[in-house]
Amino acid sequence: MKVALIGLGTVGRGVLEMLAKKDLGLVLTGIADSKSAFLDPAGIDIARVLARKKKEGFCGDQHLTAEDVIKKADYDALIEVTPTNALSGEPAIGYIKAALNRKKHVVTSNKGPIALAAKELRAMARKKGVALRYEATVAGAIPVMHTLDHGLAGNEILALYGVLNGTCNFILTRMAAEGLTYEQALMEAREMGYAEADPTYDVQGIDAAIKLVILANTIWDNGVKLDDVDRTGIDLLTPDALRLADEGGCTIRLIAEANPKKHLLRVSPRILDKNHPLVFEGTLNALTLETDMAKEITLIGRGAGSVETASAIIGDLLWIRDRYVQRA
Amino acid sequence: MKLEMKDSPGQLVAALKPISDVGGNIIAVIHQRDPDPDGDTLNVQIVLELPKGRIDNLVSLLKEQGVHIQRIGEERLLFQRTVILIGHLMHTGLSDTVDQIDSTGFAEVTALAMSMPGVNERSSSRITIKAVSREDMEAALAILRRVSRQKSLLLIEPLEDLS
Repeated sequence: MKVALIGLGTVGRGVLEMLAKKDLGLVLTGIADSKSAFLDPAGIDIARVLARKKKEGFCGDQHLTAEDVIKKADYDALIEVTPTNALSGEPAIGYIKAALNRKKHVVTSNKGPIALAAKELRAMARKKGVALRYEATVAGAIPVMHTLDHGLAGNEILALYGVLNGTCNFILTRMAAEGLTYEQALMEAREMGYAEADPTYDVQGIDAAIKLVILANTIWDNGVKLDDVDRTGIDLLTPDALRLADEGGCTIRLIAEANPKKHLLRVSPRILDKNHPLVFEGTLNALTLETDMAKEITLIGRGAGSVETASAIIGDLLWIRDRYVQRA
Repeated sequence: MKLEMKDSPGQLVAALKPISDVGGNIIAVIHQRDPDPDGDTLNVQIVLELPKGRIDNLVSLLKEQGVHIQRIGEERLLFQRTVILIGHLMHTGLSDTVDQIDSTGFAEVTALAMSMPGVNERSSSRITIKAVSREDMEAALAILRRVSRQKSLLLIEPLEDLS
């Protein structure tokens, strides 16, 4: 199967490294970063592209752009891994639409387009007879979407709750373990490379809320938006609050939860028993699905990282290959 | 409740039967043969759930069976939840916050642990609330949510369902 990739950040690099390392039968025919692009219908030498990107800061011909790859390259599936814009979803929405219009499958890790335009994009993919897969948008390497689509097929999903932001989980872990203030724990998270210079997106629960919106729309198709999420972050928590929880055999975690029957869509710090399956240390993510037949299922794993996210993207690509491309 | 009865065959069954007759649910029966100097009576402790207003009925039925009731300990509030409140708890009237729950009549604050790091700093408290029923607990939490919003306090609720 031929693939084209847009976006050469952490995720894009992880995908390329794995394509080069593993014999997956995926041929790269087009690639673009924010400054350049490169097309080769015979297959691009990935090692050379990565070396050039490292040395010169761009991957290909500076006269070419992502649009050239999306509209002209010969590929079966587009890997869209540009940075997330949570407000407009652009330019990723435009990229995805252009590929779908050419009847190309799309795999993305980009939360913006899926949170903002999932309904429209999915309808478009259906109309064109191609797949739009976005496993990597929620909980990194954890195969949430595949579990929902296949493992739990036929189940009614009654509710879900989970830890969907690793940065917050790390900060809360450190506050509880060492009695650090929020500010101290955040500083530590920055030093470890877990938190951005502007941590708002993580610590105020926006990132977790976006993932919750994606999950809710995927499962219940209820058209909820980011503004519908009742959201409280962790930035006002005190070390005393964590100590008081600890004295009661509990701790505090940032939990995203959705329950359509209770009209509940909420991201908030919550008290959990220390033995609760959603209490774990560090930057992991986890999600519990409550279903009618299987009852509760909890998935725990890496919520971020270059190769971890590549795992989700490659899972989607191989699913598309097996389902659509090989058969044709 | 703690019961004293004759130590003879059939007495325990006779004491348990009225409980189901009044619609009660036996949770545990603790039956210990205390070294009683007389040796002719039996002490039994029974933990049970009883619908509201049935206790008098049960007491008279037990008396008819010749069972002596030594003690009845009643736990009126069955549902318990612990929350954490963060903010300017004293400035915003902590006793008023607690009173808003206590004054409902169906729920009350039964424990409160507090930490106040400095005069102008936000304090944190752990509050245990008990209520008669699941619905009453939800109503009490709804009050607390409203009060927290009004007083700009951060309310941290437990994740688990009521138990």
